[in-house]
Amino acid sequence: MQKTTKQRTNVDWFLTVLRVASLAVIAAGFAAFVAQLIDSDNPFARWANPDAISLTGEQFRGLVVTGLAQGSMYGLIALGYSMVYGVLGFINFAHGEVFMVGAMTGAITSNKLAESGYWESSFVVCLLLVVVLSMLVCTITAVVMERVAYRPLRGKPRLIPLITSIGVSFFLQNCVLALLGSTVKSYPDLPNWLTDKRTFLDVQGSKILVVLVAATAMVALWYLVEKTKTGKAMRAVAEDAEIASLMGIDVNRIIVKTFAVGGAMAGVAGILWGLLFRSVIHTTGFLPGIKAFSSAVVGGIGNLGGSMAGGLTIGVAESLGPLMILEPLGVSGPSQLRDAVAFAVLIIVLLVRPSGLFGEQLPSDERT
Amino acid sequence: MTRFHSSRTLAKRKGTFAWAIAVLAALSLLAASCGNDDDGPAVADQAPLATATEAPMATEAPAADPAPAADPRGDAVGDGSLGVVTVPAGEAIQIRSLNAISGPVAFLGLPNQRAVELAIADYGDISGFSVDMGTPLDGLCSSEGGQAAAQTIAADEQVIGVIGTSCSGAAVAAAPLITQAGMVIISPSNTSPALTSDFQGNPGESYNAGYYRTAHNDLVQGAAMANFVFSELGIDNAAALHDGDPYTQGLASAFRNSFEELGGTVSGFTGINKGDTDMVPALTELAAGSPGALFFPIFQPEGDFVAAQAPTVSGLEGTSLLAADGLLVDDFLALTDSVGMHFSGPDTRFGTNTNQSTGQSADQILAAYTQAHGEAPSAAFWGHAYDAATLLLDAVAAASWVEDGDLHIDRAGVRQHLNSVSGYNGITGTLSCDDFGDCASQKITVVYHQDSEAVEAGKENVVYSYP
Amino acid sequence: MNMIEALTAARPGSGKTRAAAPARRRLLDQDWRRLACAGAVLAVGQVFIALTGMPVTFDRRLLIDPILSLGYLALLWLPPVVGNWVGREQVLEGMAAYAKGGRDVVAGAMAGLLGNLGLTLLVLGITHFDVRDPLVHWSPQLLGILEFDQSVWLGALVWPAIGAATGALGGAMHWMGDKTARTMVLALSTVFAAAVLESVIVDLSQGFHIEAVSDWLYGPQRGLTLAATAVIVAVAVAASAGFSWARAASGRTAPQASAQPDAAGAGSLPAQTAWRRIPARKLLGWAFAPAAIIVLPLFLGRLTNELLANVGLFILLALGLNIIVGLAGILDLGYVAFFAVGGYSVAVLTSPGSPRFDPEIPWFGALFAAMLLAGLAGLLIGAPVIRMRGDYLAVVTLGFGEIIRILLLSDWLSGTFNGAQGITNIPGVEVFGLATVRGFEPRSVLYLVLFFCAIAIYVSWRLENSRIGRAWMAVREDESVAEAMGVDTVSAKIMAFVTGAVLGSFSGAILSAKVGSVFPHSFAIIVSIVILVVVIFGGMGNIAGVVAGAVVLIGVLGGPNQPGLLQEFAEYKILIYGALLVWMMLQRPEGLIPSARRARELQANDVNQDAWLRAQPAGRATDDAGGTSDRGRP
Repeated sequence: MQKTTKQRTNVDWFLTVLRVASLAVIAAGFAAFVAQLIDSDNPFARWANPDAISLTGEQFRGLVVTGLAQGSMYGLIALGYSMVYGVLGFINFAHGEVFMVGAMTGAITSNKLAESGYWESSFVVCLLLVVVLSMLVCTITAVVMERVAYRPLRGKPRLIPLITSIGVSFFLQNCVLALLGSTVKSYPDLPNWLTDKRTFLDVQGSKILVVLVAATAMVALWYLVEKTKTGKAMRAVAEDAEIASLMGIDVNRIIVKTFAVGGAMAGVAGILWGLLFRSVIHTTGFLPGIKAFSSAVVGGIGNLGGSMAGGLTIGVAESLGPLMILEPLGVSGPSQLRDAVAFAVLIIVLLVRPSGLFGEQLPSDERT
Repeated sequence: MTRFHSSRTLAKRKGTFAWAIAVLAALSLLAASCGNDDDGPAVADQAPLATATEAPMATEAPAADPAPAADPRGDAVGDGSLGVVTVPAGEAIQIRSLNAISGPVAFLGLPNQRAVELAIADYGDISGFSVDMGTPLDGLCSSEGGQAAAQTIAADEQVIGVIGTSCSGAAVAAAPLITQAGMVIISPSNTSPALTSDFQGNPGESYNAGYYRTAHNDLVQGAAMANFVFSELGIDNAAALHDGDPYTQGLASAFRNSFEELGGTVSGFTGINKGDTDMVPALTELAAGSPGALFFPIFQPEGDFVAAQAPTVSGLEGTSLLAADGLLVDDFLALTDSVGMHFSGPDTRFGTNTNQSTGQSADQILAAYTQAHGEAPSAAFWGHAYDAATLLLDAVAAASWVEDGDLHIDRAGVRQHLNSVSGYNGITGTLSCDDFGDCASQKITVVYHQDSEAVEAGKENVVYSYP
Repeated sequence: MNMIEALTAARPGSGKTRAAAPARRRLLDQDWRRLACAGAVLAVGQVFIALTGMPVTFDRRLLIDPILSLGYLALLWLPPVVGNWVGREQVLEGMAAYAKGGRDVVAGAMAGLLGNLGLTLLVLGITHFDVRDPLVHWSPQLLGILEFDQSVWLGALVWPAIGAATGALGGAMHWMGDKTARTMVLALSTVFAAAVLESVIVDLSQGFHIEAVSDWLYGPQRGLTLAATAVIVAVAVAASAGFSWARAASGRTAPQASAQPDAAGAGSLPAQTAWRRIPARKLLGWAFAPAAIIVLPLFLGRLTNELLANVGLFILLALGLNIIVGLAGILDLGYVAFFAVGGYSVAVLTSPGSPRFDPEIPWFGALFAAMLLAGLAGLLIGAPVIRMRGDYLAVVTLGFGEIIRILLLSDWLSGTFNGAQGITNIPGVEVFGLATVRGFEPRSVLYLVLFFCAIAIYVSWRLENSRIGRAWMAVREDESVAEAMGVDTVSAKIMAFVTGAVLGSFSGAILSAKVGSVFPHSFAIIVSIVILVVVIFGGMGNIAGVVAGAVVLIGVLGGPNQPGLLQEFAEYKILIYGALLVWMMLQRPEGLIPSARRARELQANDVNQDAWLRAQPAGRATDDAGGTSDRGRP
């Protein structure tokens, strides 16, 4: 028994070293960055990286804005992960692909509309039509996915549906590849009010739109979960599905609704993605999906506000991290390590707070 | 407790281990020695190995000793040193396609494979024998995939030559296997200098005799772009961006080296990752050096994001954007963001070019391609693949003769013919093979794209040619 | 039990008053809703398969020489499956089942007919509309396949007929009795296997100098000849008959032993007879299998050896992951990291082309360095994640895998790993100056791989039955209980990571020497996923299962960077892997060859139920066709 305790402390000691080391690297990088800003010739900056570049204020703001826009996207997708996790307790790995299906639907329909000329003449109507269509397709995809792949697995050990969802993810991705081909699908040109930099804040209209929609979506979702009858039922199912069913709640219906809402959110996110980045390919959902998944975990999965916060954290970190932490430390080509930074943030957050930034501390028996 | 116990089992296991290792080693050695007794294939493997390295020398005197008049070989080239393939009457001449046709790089390999199919159909029979491409092999754009596919090819002694690979990484592993089996491999889209030479007479570290390519060498394209930026645009401070692909990284490096040799400064050189969408951090990193030009020889969709986001980054507003053949595709040119960009690439003004072997013009082939596959080629190398296939079929025709109804093909003759290719009119221009397998016209053009509505015009608006 | 009987059989009353004797139903007494549903699903499935382009892509590969290509098979397999499903009735536990009869055939035929009407619509659609803009396979080639290169109307009419026929066949499987059905399935799958294994069989027959056999079996375009097909069917039927005769002879004493070997409550008598029969067979197997494995490569050609070497690499990887996922129950989605560490350690240390470490050391030396580094990596990745919950752990390990790949790819570390350009010119393996293992000679690689597979299997086997192995399984089943019982869960989990990492690094080390070059792209996420599919498909926690999974999946479909036997599948490989993973989880989460303990854990309810059904006196009278609940009769 004594030995066991000792080994536990060994691992704990090792983890503490890891925590301290990772935080120290971040601190050192940031200090070097600040030193660089103050005076690029000061000894510390010179020692850390003599050829470090310095950012202008405008560039810095550009990084923050793009990080926030990207982070809102991650957060929006992460809401879908969180909804399903909150109710069913498993991570639907394939959610990123549902998002890609939405972006793809948007690209195809908007191109058809652009061919017939409506896209330019009545953009807002077309956009709404595209959004509705994309939400519809995503909802159907998500619901079918639940019915075919996840419903039969309810009550199985937790890893089984997770593994299934990995399979669904690769299946969906390659379905789109097989059906629609490997070429990049682009959205048609957007009106100027979306592409030009606005006088307000000097930020592109589409980025403002993304942040606004993400915030709205989060509020709407919060309202749905906290204030409506459906939301109450969802929370009841999340608490205990069996008791909920005894209380007269149709559990299957609620779960389908959850997937439908998550799918609809993915549809909206897909269109926003299209407006922001304009190009879609069958792999579009994969990396953002994983990062959104990471965002949900960073924020404390199951927590809607936390997911958005996690998304913003990862978005801003991967935008600023390479140039603010790695570059001053003398890493060449730091932008290449962007994704590594995103995953490192995930790991460091979980090292320091094992249940995420806003996650509830779970009793140990739920760790499986 | 646990630790003590597990270490004991470990120690115990070690003893049993040593025994097991010894027995297995002995057995496998025995098996290996048995393997050498199996002399049939071993000798067959050895022969081409010995002669393969001498093949380039044989090219110095092409068709030096014409065959005697009575010889059924007629004027077929080759000295038989790599063996002769016999195609029995009624069967087909076997060639193979080895391209990346699945996964994220399928966009590069599929057009190659489809162009080879078209070329075979257009070429028709050789001395009454049809040509069979067999099952298309997938090089997967990776060295393992290239090797495994090459083993499949090398195992089939009827195969004369291979069109592929799509990616240089696959060729590094595939070329040695295929060339040692006496076959030839002609790549439509490998551009790494390591596979051929540096044009100074030094073979690349992965060069194999029997390897040819109809794609240009990265060194030429890097130099072309560097010269264009430095001399034509008059910019002496440039930046380069790649996406971690060996091709884009190699080309960006070639550009950097050439540009610095010319006396310019490369103020930024960095990479992004495939799958990334937010390019602002990478662009900001490059913007810090205030470059006058940004060269990003990457692919879609990342290229779309760079083109769209670069003008929004403070410090890059006035920077000239330059890309390479990876982005010289219709889907990209149709974007308004690509207007005003320069693209380097092999001369793709194919329109009027006609392949001398099939008589098909580029427009006809493109129309047939679109008709058959429902989409325009997703990469620029379909013409190179078509030419590679007709070069190979020409070589087969030149090195083969009919005897007793069977077709005989001299493998050395195929190489000899390819080595002597000079002034061949293909879809991609005039092809001539050098001593290290570089057959492309090596003519790099820089086009200027002005109107997203006029994609074809953009491709043909050549503002600079190199050399 | 013929049609007339079925027609004349009295229709039973309502479901509640089912008679004790199995009742028959009229041909048209169908569950129409279910039928329509099945028809719709089939129609969507068939149109989907057609539009993915599979028929066109697979059409190159002939299975039976003039009549059947893989392309048509892609459109033929679904109707019988759906027909079988729609003909099967769900029977509630403890309720009487209807007798199988002509009704099932009619149901299957109708579902097939309805479903293939989807193809009819597709044929008409392709001729009249052009939606190739989004759907790339909406093409003349597809139309050509669908109309049999004849006319539109022929295609439009023939497909429903084919659907009806094949669907009826599927439905008839219930009716014709298990023996016949089994024989039919056996015959069909033997023909399919013989057609698919063409290259291996040709290769083997060349090795044994009996080319005549393969020349007779296969036509010039790789398909089975008609005569060969007939003979294979005949052999399969005869074998099946002989098998069921032998089974009947032995089955009189132990009817359940062979049907449900993993059922715990099968009774003591059959269990004993089964136990008594095993040793002789097993002993023979133990003596024969290794000898066969060692001798066989000598008779195989380059192609098959290469294929098997690739399979072996994945066996190594899957065995390593099996320790982490299968034994310790930790879902590691970044297992490729250890593969990468092994590959790159060897590449950097042995290649003269690597930018650092100039004095190159021999492969075996590099292997030890690789093992050490991989163990260290296992420790580094394992320590932070072991305290995390299962789903967090999955994403964090995935992140670690990606971080390692990104670092290998980066310009920052290109001074050591050469970045995107990879490390080339890696020499082969010098085996004590006696032989050289190189990628050019797949046979030598195969022996090297076999050697390491043997080590890995031995290690896995010993570990599984050791104290630490039991600790892993305890952690997998219930961590809290394990901890309460005094298992040091933390060090057990770390040990699992380290052991798995070392086994994975073997594979990477061999890969480097085999291919002669390494690139960061070889170590993408998809490799982790494929290894996971192999482990799950084969049977988590079971060595034999994992090996079988690797042989079947990597051998036939191919790995992420390696082609398999069916190269036509290349474009659809990941699609199939995804679908297979889902299907496996839904139907057989315990895998192809389940580990007994794991199966019990996953299907505890079903097993108990089946055991209960069998324990009923009437249960003994049922035939031994399967333990699914739709056959139980009280």
